[in-house]
Amino acid sequence: MHLKYESQLREPLVYGNKTYAQVTEDIVRPIEAKPSRLWYIGFFIAVTLLMFGAYSVYREVTYGIGQWNLNKTIGWGWDITNFVWWVGIGHAGTLISAVLLLFRQGWRTGVNRAAEAMTIFAVMCAGQFPIFHMGRVWMAFFVMPYPNSRGPLWVNFNSPLLWDVFAISTYFTVSLLFWYSGLIPDFATVRDRAFTKLRKKLYGIASFGWTGSTKHWQRHESLSLVLAGLSTPLVLSVHTIVSFDFATSVIPGWHTTIFPPYFVAGAIFSGFAMVQSLLIIVRKVFGLEDYITIGHIDLMNKVIVLTGSIVGIAYLTELFMGWYSQNKYEGYTFWYSRAYLFSPYGWSYWGMMACNVLSPQIFWSRKMRRNVFVTFFMSIIVNIGMWFERFVIIVTSLYRDYLPSSWSVYYSPTIWEIGFYVGTFGLFFTCFFLFAKYFPVIAVAEIKYVLKRSGESFKPGMEKIETQELESFVHDQAHAH
Amino acid sequence: MAQKKFVVGCFDDEAVLFPAVKQVRAAGYKIKDVYTPFAVHGLDHALGMRETSLHTAGFIYGITGTTTAISAISWIFTKDWPLNIGGKPHFALPAWIPIIFELTVLFAAVGMVLTFCYLCQLAPGVKKHRFHNRATDDLFVMVIECTDKTNTDDLKALLSAKGALETDVQVAEEGWWFGTYDNDNEDLYNNKQLA
Repeated sequence: MHLKYESQLREPLVYGNKTYAQVTEDIVRPIEAKPSRLWYIGFFIAVTLLMFGAYSVYREVTYGIGQWNLNKTIGWGWDITNFVWWVGIGHAGTLISAVLLLFRQGWRTGVNRAAEAMTIFAVMCAGQFPIFHMGRVWMAFFVMPYPNSRGPLWVNFNSPLLWDVFAISTYFTVSLLFWYSGLIPDFATVRDRAFTKLRKKLYGIASFGWTGSTKHWQRHESLSLVLAGLSTPLVLSVHTIVSFDFATSVIPGWHTTIFPPYFVAGAIFSGFAMVQSLLIIVRKVFGLEDYITIGHIDLMNKVIVLTGSIVGIAYLTELFMGWYSQNKYEGYTFWYSRAYLFSPYGWSYWGMMACNVLSPQIFWSRKMRRNVFVTFFMSIIVNIGMWFERFVIIVTSLYRDYLPSSWSVYYSPTIWEIGFYVGTFGLFFTCFFLFAKYFPVIAVAEIKYVLKRSGESFKPGMEKIETQELESFVHDQAHAH
Repeated sequence: MAQKKFVVGCFDDEAVLFPAVKQVRAAGYKIKDVYTPFAVHGLDHALGMRETSLHTAGFIYGITGTTTAISAISWIFTKDWPLNIGGKPHFALPAWIPIIFELTVLFAAVGMVLTFCYLCQLAPGVKKHRFHNRATDDLFVMVIECTDKTNTDDLKALLSAKGALETDVQVAEEGWWFGTYDNDNEDLYNNKQLA
């Protein structure tokens, strides 16, 4: 057989008695059906939140940054917290599609499309925060290095903030290209079975005239592989560079070499949690439990417990270094501003510890990993925890700096600061609802590719294997190649 | 564009398709293409296609990005406007590595995708002839271009004997043209010929 062999003991990636036609039918049907009432309600709520966000941003642009409660000491508050939070969430998609492709993990096929969409929307949300934090947003194009009439005064290529501009815009572009190149064959599938003129026309345009030629598939495979190879270091670089925004400064609590790996692990951690939240809903609403299986949820929970523990180690290492360095500023930040429960922001540190380090440990239990309700609940908890983490890093390091005379009073956001954050949820879910309705939420062609080696109906059931004599089992395995 | 005549054979299983490809080629026919719903590994070799060199193009785009970044930043920071940043060296290569890396990736990815679209002639609004509408669903569609000497009945019989579920002779235009798919009057959804 020309297809890659997969052990019979491995859990199937596609359940049910599927044929290629059935796979198309299952995944494309939601696009062809009328949206449900739930979809309309969800979409309406998302657009409402987006409108509220738009109004908050309007106030900020019109009246200035004073609409937010930032002050001279806490110059980065909710907005940069939210920026880092969204960028972090945007890491799972490319990790799933690129890193798991390079590692030849077949299970990525069920979840990569939705995860990549989530990445793109999350990066879009993230981008809003630094752009509007500029204050004079109409001058945002100043971050671009181009010959200009101001000297030409160039941007500072030695600044981590400029590295961020390059990293995030590259990441967004490459993720979008990767996502769309995977979508082209699937749009062609939708086009070729469309029975209304409008749908045929729109998906015809979106599919770029794809026919499924063998030569085109060969190039498509090469393209996917190289894009995966490029995206793998890219995804690691993006949050590394975001962490440089902090690590290259001299603020106690930020000036540490542990930041890049610690941020990347945290990003994967929160990204997978967001993928879980979304996919658990998607698989239920569109009836895709055969493709996004409990096995997928189990595997993603393993990633969550791994990355959550890496983040936990990082927190403990920081605490240790706060003492071991014998630097009184570091010690004060870590042992008073953060770890002391009754300091002004102690609650946020311990909220972070509880959500990110302690609670994911529940996933050492296989039973919990495979429980949809526990997973959904935990995915929300993890994202709350990761928001706390960024808040802790930013605010607890800033509010008391080297000079006690500039120590800040307690910082709490204004309604417009909160509104901006809520608005990005609106943006994210508006995009996601449109995606779920009009795009194939699972990569149809990739599922077909793994169907005959990982589909349930093409593998003997576990019952058969368990009751089989050892000798005949070994015989079967040896001949399956 | 020139109209050409093609013999089309549809298969529903790649395990049947592979021997059929081999035997049709052995019988001396030239297979124009096989349209498949997903990437069937090894089919390109079975059809005698050479490897794609798209990844080489990607490498060239990548190093173009690297050199663009290095030369642009060094010119800007050492010649055009040497900015004094705390008395640090103007040629600060380590600090530029993040941007150099990002531009390498950006050039490689954008260049490769554009090259891919160019080579496969893919673009919004492009239309191509489809030999079977289920080639993007569940059929593997083998297309053989007819010459003056081709006996279409013989070829159809050969394809059927090798497991084709459906055979057909079509006259079609090669290549692509601008157009949309909404004027095709095939009601495919309700009329699956091979249910």
